[in-house]
Amino acid sequence: MNRTEMPPIKDALHFDLRLKPYDYYELHNGVPVYAIHAGAQEVLQLELVFYAGNFYEPQKGVAAATNFLLKNGTQHRTAFQINEDFEYYGAYCNRACYNETAVISLHTLSKHTEKLLPVLEDMISNSTMPEEELLIYKQNSIQRLTVNLKKSEFVADRLINGYLYGTAHPYGMSSMPLDIEAISLEKIRAFYEKYYQTGQCAIFVAGHLPSNLMELLNRFLGGLKLSKPSFTTPNIQPSPAATKKYRVENDAQGVQGAIRIATPFPNRHHPDFKKVMVLNTVFGGFFGSRLMSNIREEKGYTYGIYSYLQNHIATTAWMISTEAGKDVSEAAIAEVYHEMLKLQSEPVEAEELMLVKNYMLGSILGDLDGPFHMISRWKNIILNGVDASYFDESIRVIKSISPEELQQLAVQYLQPEKFYELVVV
Amino acid sequence: MIEFDKFELKNGLRVLVHPDNSTPMAVVDVIYDVGARDEDPEKTGFAHLFEHLMFGGSQHIPVYDEPLQMAGGENNAFTTNDLTNYYCQLPAENLETAFWLESDRMLSLKFSKKSLEVQRKVVCEEFKEHYINKPYGDVWHIIREMAYTTHPYRWMTIGKNLKHIEEATLDDVKAFFRKHYNPSNAILVVAGNVTTEQVRRLSEKWFESIEPGNKVQHLIPDEPAQSAPKRKTVYADVPLDAFYKVWHIYPRSDQRYYVTDLITEILSGGGSSRLFQRLVKEQKLFSQIECYHFGSHDPGLLVIEGKLVKGVSPEEAEKAVMEEISFLKENGITEVELEKVKNKTESAMAFEDMSLMNRASSLAMYELLGDANLINTELLKYQSVTRNDILLISNEIFREENSSTLYYLSKQKS
Repeated sequence: MNRTEMPPIKDALHFDLRLKPYDYYELHNGVPVYAIHAGAQEVLQLELVFYAGNFYEPQKGVAAATNFLLKNGTQHRTAFQINEDFEYYGAYCNRACYNETAVISLHTLSKHTEKLLPVLEDMISNSTMPEEELLIYKQNSIQRLTVNLKKSEFVADRLINGYLYGTAHPYGMSSMPLDIEAISLEKIRAFYEKYYQTGQCAIFVAGHLPSNLMELLNRFLGGLKLSKPSFTTPNIQPSPAATKKYRVENDAQGVQGAIRIATPFPNRHHPDFKKVMVLNTVFGGFFGSRLMSNIREEKGYTYGIYSYLQNHIATTAWMISTEAGKDVSEAAIAEVYHEMLKLQSEPVEAEELMLVKNYMLGSILGDLDGPFHMISRWKNIILNGVDASYFDESIRVIKSISPEELQQLAVQYLQPEKFYELVVV
Repeated sequence: MIEFDKFELKNGLRVLVHPDNSTPMAVVDVIYDVGARDEDPEKTGFAHLFEHLMFGGSQHIPVYDEPLQMAGGENNAFTTNDLTNYYCQLPAENLETAFWLESDRMLSLKFSKKSLEVQRKVVCEEFKEHYINKPYGDVWHIIREMAYTTHPYRWMTIGKNLKHIEEATLDDVKAFFRKHYNPSNAILVVAGNVTTEQVRRLSEKWFESIEPGNKVQHLIPDEPAQSAPKRKTVYADVPLDAFYKVWHIYPRSDQRYYVTDLITEILSGGGSSRLFQRLVKEQKLFSQIECYHFGSHDPGLLVIEGKLVKGVSPEEAEKAVMEEISFLKENGITEVELEKVKNKTESAMAFEDMSLMNRASSLAMYELLGDANLINTELLKYQSVTRNDILLISNEIFREENSSTLYYLSKQKS
């Protein structure tokens, strides 16, 4: 046995990576159902995706408040009873509001599905959005927000998004306490009626599915006044800021700077998107990346530094994000640019690129494990409106991309002067 | 039912195998039986700093991460007050790469000066990011010091202060490694698309020649029973007043631990739980409130913490919490509530077991507690809890003399 020699490996380039196809159904009202039946545990995840995100709200905060209050009272159940109905069966009902969509999700042991669907039905069709509940929501949201506004990371994320998209665009918008205070019951009830009760909905379900699941979904959700989504969103143009560099003091006692460096980038439909995913991994997308090796492992300026493409649908941004010691923030920024320029001037070495490809493919292989991961990949493909071959195509790009192509992409996109730069202390 | 096999190598390394051929992946999880509770009070934060150094190269391999990434793998590690856990996931075909890497760093580290220097800085930045540069970031430093007089749970895994980390020397690192990082103090779990025979062969090949080392006895002083309530008020630059109250509870291996776990669920395990419904929704005294416990091996703490609604005094908030506690102590819980928290436990376990990584680390954790099969039998321990247990244990825990209370208040008012 020779401990200095790595055991032979199967190259990830030879892995056969396939995304298990989903089953497709439509309910009586046209609502599409995407289903993955897999997994050993007798559990299930059901997501109801509504086109009810921030893009549609008439006033800041209305979409999020409506989404939150779905669980806070119907004509038949108080907020407490709704919670009790789920929790008695050990189930979790969550809701979340995004930019284009807003989601109600259910995680439950499969055997309880039939008991819980009526509660979801009630939330979608009979919510009353009680005034008392809105007041509690406002008060507690404002309190949470005031705590978050003390955190440099939170403030930095809001500011950089504002520079990238403009504060009038949903991707760049953020609420202050006064905005939350101004949310009115009338607007919430109108929003609920239009975007939930009679909204556009798609269902994603995965796990150990009961054999009569479609019959159950039809019985409880197929008769509601919902329709199949067009999977498109209103076109709202971003208006990026003119100034590129910002230094903000949020807390005079702060000992670290929250650094954000970002530039606008096209969405998944752009031919370079999949290739740039590989370049991003080399640059700052994993623990072995250039940024992490240099700025954490070599210099010790930070606990962690990452770069990523934001997960937006309409248009997106390439972002570098880290928290670094106050006295080394500027040095850390200089190193980020240094790494950009290095990717422009020298092709990535074959060995490093092979490592990144193997890492990416191994990580995707691990990430395809289990029904929840599979459905989440499909959901992403469907909501982004990309082709069903998107997954296979991404794999092909990872396997085949060359150092020259990566260098070309770096020259085109990793130009320091195109990036916004922000430090919040 | 989670199937697993178990064997022991000649050098005392315990190996557990959980084959699952429905996945293309394998997970390798190594637990070392050492945590922050084993540290010298003058050298705290060391177990965690050491975890960082485990990635700085071993005797025959210059860096840990790169070969693993080349094999399509990912990894991470964490340190708690009780243990240190290293885990990686990679395509099952490349399992041997993980054996090669893990065995070499159990054999010996490179002890690089540069790695120590850099990781000291990295950990200092981690300390700042999580415990200094965040509102309420120092709360647990304060509460642990209050609640524990003797037991090393009185400091956090990250350490008492930055100075302890900055002063760590290479000699400290070497001594720590020799003492704790050896087969006698480790458990290896391999899960995924593997067979027990394959794992046995690889374990013998890569691990069996490592010197066994000595089993470390945890010489940890017991925390004496608390005999009087402790209270403290701190003013800090935070926007909201916060309330914290903690009570001493039971060791992880005690049946009363399960009763305690269900009590925390009754009090704050969701939107229909008691504290949320009564104090956030009905009385509107808190904007958020939580009840939980540290799942620690030695007797831990049960915590109730919340942010107060503006204008509510901490005394008023505490009084309301204690009324709920008194109600619990006098009346116990209903059959429906008991059924609910048991169902919730069953469901939480099923969801947790979906992930191969979780199954592997649970097996390692349970084996460290003395019985890997707890992964299959623990649900029964929850199911055997009765309403009367809840009543009795509530009365044992929630005694004022067993508690420490912290008012963490906004400076802006003082």
